[in-house]
Amino acid sequence: MTAAANAKQRAAKAKKIRQFVTPEGVDLELRIASAGLRFGALLVDLILINLVLLLFWLFTEWIGFASRSDITQVVWMLGAFLLRTFWFIGFELGSRAATPGKRLMGIRVVARDGGRLTADAVVARNLIRELELFLPLMMLGAGASEDMVSGWIMLAGVLWSLTLSLFLLFNRDRMRMGDLIAGTWVVMAQRAKLDADIAVDAAGGAMIFTDAELAVYGIFELQELERVLRGRDPRAMREVADAIRAKIGRPIAEEDDAFLLSYYRQLKARLERGLLFGKRREDKYASD
Amino acid sequence: MIPPAVPARAIDAPNFSTSRFRAEREADWIAFDLLLTKLEKKGAKALTSDELLQLPLLYRATLSSLSIARATSLDKALLGHLEALSIRGYFLVYGVRESRWNRLRRFFLYDWPAAVRSVWKETLIIALVILLGALTSYSLVSNNPEWYFNFVDEEMSGGRDPRATAEYLQTTLGHGKAAAEKGESGLHVFATYLFTHNSRVSILSYALGFAFGVPTLMLEYYQGIGLGAMMAVFSAKGLAFDFGGWLFIHGTTELFAAALSGAAGLHIGTAVVFPGARGRLQAASEAGRTAGKVMVGVIMMLFAAGLLEGFGRQLITDTMLRYATGTLMLLFWLAYYYIPRREDVT
Repeated sequence: MTAAANAKQRAAKAKKIRQFVTPEGVDLELRIASAGLRFGALLVDLILINLVLLLFWLFTEWIGFASRSDITQVVWMLGAFLLRTFWFIGFELGSRAATPGKRLMGIRVVARDGGRLTADAVVARNLIRELELFLPLMMLGAGASEDMVSGWIMLAGVLWSLTLSLFLLFNRDRMRMGDLIAGTWVVMAQRAKLDADIAVDAAGGAMIFTDAELAVYGIFELQELERVLRGRDPRAMREVADAIRAKIGRPIAEEDDAFLLSYYRQLKARLERGLLFGKRREDKYASD
Repeated sequence: MIPPAVPARAIDAPNFSTSRFRAEREADWIAFDLLLTKLEKKGAKALTSDELLQLPLLYRATLSSLSIARATSLDKALLGHLEALSIRGYFLVYGVRESRWNRLRRFFLYDWPAAVRSVWKETLIIALVILLGALTSYSLVSNNPEWYFNFVDEEMSGGRDPRATAEYLQTTLGHGKAAAEKGESGLHVFATYLFTHNSRVSILSYALGFAFGVPTLMLEYYQGIGLGAMMAVFSAKGLAFDFGGWLFIHGTTELFAAALSGAAGLHIGTAVVFPGARGRLQAASEAGRTAGKVMVGVIMMLFAAGLLEGFGRQLITDTMLRYATGTLMLLFWLAYYYIPRREDVT
């Protein structure tokens, strides 16, 4: 990867990070959820809603068959309406502010101003959803069923309504129309398990590297190395170890994992020492 | 809160190192994680008072750990974990401040009427627009009945058009012999259908508001047009009074709800066009929240209207009684919304 590509990737990533300062003065650096995740979450929710409706339908059919009354039809229509309208609202009012689909994707709804997420905001953002999902379908349906609408007009209508539905693709914060109206964001809320501290493992001190050997890499490379070490894939470890050996001119003499671990420990100690003195070396292209 | 520097694990590291930092504070993070999981699964009631006191302390300890780790540590797994934990903690600690029951109570007692009161100007405008639509089509259809077919769908009208006889029209109002034969079989199905359909239309007219309120106005005008056309047909056959009763029993609630949903949409639209001193986005989001509250109310009103239309209208066939019920409902809504009350300031 070239330096330019590297910097570009980091800048792109940084654009998705939004400042979010808690009353304690710590910036939580929330990351905006991507459009793909949002769409995935919506899909999961729609599938779940339809699954519930199907089960509900089977149930009411069974009851209706047993009791021979049309009250089941009423229950069914009401139930379908309530489920469609309040599925999203109900779940997002909970403490995790996420529907099952959003939970699965590791995202949640947050008030844009940093305050708490109010019920009005949740209601406002989800009632707009009706429009966003419904309007393109309605345009299609209306165009298909009536002869007086020509194909081109129908196309224009669908395109117009799609710009509403796909509004989130056209702004940096990935806000739907509903988010815009309600003053909310959807951000990443993944859980990260606390992995073991690999810098204190016993096998780390087997080799000693010189300062010149450690000076070739920066923070980005260190964290990539960490990823490989935590991944524990022998082939990846072999490749990375060979690359490092070639770079610093060491013969292949020890096990890959022992080599990488001790290199990691010493590189980390060196770079963290730099941090304490106010020097943050982002990657190997930055000056030491 | 942070326990004295007794390392959880014996570590042969220099006096300050990120490994030592982690070993010293890890216990707090794990405790905080467990507490949050318990809070998420079982709610605040499940926590003992001891745990409740611990919660903010552990939260602050975690945030301070995050700050230190960001400045000193390069361990990505550690940073990721602390960030995720802090975000989770922040939203739980600062998120919910009242119980659902309290929230519900406040919504019905204060928030809902207050939101409706705050859009009174828009409500008036929409009411006028509906009236204007009704007058337009009424005068057009009265002069030339052919206009009727431009305004009302063949399916929707169900034979209620200018060609129908007065007797037939009377039966559609629930009077006469034929009405009794029709019975009550499809009653509740019909009511439910009306409710879901009207709710959809209302939600749409609210949601379309952000386009500067124009589609909302058009939708409401169109609602008025259908109404006026029907009115013209019935009054031409001398059934205006009966038709009024037929409409009035649920119409006061339903049209009120329609006007409110349009007002909610218009509220957003005007906020987008005239944001005032605020930013356009902020104005839209503030208007959107008020309008959202109005809309929850609208859905409930439409539910009441569906009940009145499906059951009330079919069971109450006396025209005067219908007028009385409709007036009573209107008075109830007006009193509920507009009688001033002492605000609950929270």
